[in-house]
Amino acid sequence: MADDELIYGHRMSEWTGMGPIMEEDIAYSSMAQDKIGHALANYSILEKEFQTANPDKLAFFRKENEMMNCQLVELSNHEYDFSLVRHFLFDHADFIRYEMLSTSSFAPLAQLSKKIKGELKYHVLHADTWLTRLGNATDESHVRMQSALNELWNYALGIFEPSDFEAQLIAEKIFDGEKVLQQKWIEKISPIIEKANLKIPTSSSPVYGGRKGYHTDQLQPLLTEMAEVISSEAEGTEW
Amino acid sequence: MPVTVFNKEEIHKSLVEVMDPEIPTLSVVDMGMITGVEETVTGVRVKMIPTFTACPALRVIKEMIKSKVESLGYENVEVQVDDSIIWNSDRITPNGKILLENFGLGTPQRHAGNFGLEEIAHSKCPHCGSEDTTMNSIFGSTLCRSTHFCFSCKQAFERFKPV
Ligand SMILES: [Zn+2]
Repeated sequence: MADDELIYGHRMSEWTGMGPIMEEDIAYSSMAQDKIGHALANYSILEKEFQTANPDKLAFFRKENEMMNCQLVELSNHEYDFSLVRHFLFDHADFIRYEMLSTSSFAPLAQLSKKIKGELKYHVLHADTWLTRLGNATDESHVRMQSALNELWNYALGIFEPSDFEAQLIAEKIFDGEKVLQQKWIEKISPIIEKANLKIPTSSSPVYGGRKGYHTDQLQPLLTEMAEVISSEAEGTEW
Repeated sequence: MPVTVFNKEEIHKSLVEVMDPEIPTLSVVDMGMITGVEETVTGVRVKMIPTFTACPALRVIKEMIKSKVESLGYENVEVQVDDSIIWNSDRITPNGKILLENFGLGTPQRHAGNFGLEEIAHSKCPHCGSEDTTMNSIFGSTLCRSTHFCFSCKQAFERFKPV
């Protein structure tokens, strides 16, 4: 979860100064700031409760095959519509995940999730607004949105790749599991996709691997860049 | 030995002078960020909560609270983030809402945890008080603000979001 937020936050921040309009520029940098804050909060729980390395080390000094983010979030931004569709697909899943975790038996995560889900409400709302706006705009924008959806769909299903600890998480009431999450996600996004006049691809084969450290060639350049930025700053970096 | 005798009222009162860096007319007390003031064995502990998870000013705010309390003569002042309470916009005091409006920001309505697009999009204009407004963007100049436009006085304004 933390890796998803971290990598996706950095992808979102790449829109700073590049957005199609000023408002969108601001929206993406605000959301990027939120995501990276959420990553830090999650890494901090790991450090506090499980005595892992500190958040800086976890975030910026792990190898590519140690990153557990889904591949969806590491893909380069491409065009605006590609980024927007990814934003829509990912943030709905993310919101529902934190909503489910807000009743987790693992108290520190439950508490954090209550806070994060309130903030993610705005991300989801932003995505919904633009998806329906562009899906129903010109023919050209409609075609581009549909092709982005086709291209991203299998990656989005990869969000729900179960970990090796899935059964244990469910048994101990820490998390209801990826299957339940995916089901809730489909139920939530289907009517919105329909409202945007788009169609969910009929065939699907989820892109798994990200949660086990297998990534596309687009992740390493991003990690290198992140580590360079951090190394070039002084000790005790401010997030 | 503490130099000053612990006085909760006095400490609390002093924190009204610690302003939120993002909205310089609003104190951390009016923002609802202070959750407790306690005496410890050697000094004082102030418990507080950040407004947003990614609040960039958190460290600065903690420092400001610490030096304010120290300026009263207390030693060993500890500022602790209170993990037991989650900040939401209902915590802004009635006085805080007046100050927000005076600062030119629309205010969030009370929501008791229940709000959707309608509550997010609908804001009273802080300039003229009109309800005839529309939301331009849910992300404004800082994480806590959205941008709006008032049809009555034809002015744009920002609003402190309901969270
Ligand atoms: Zn007005």
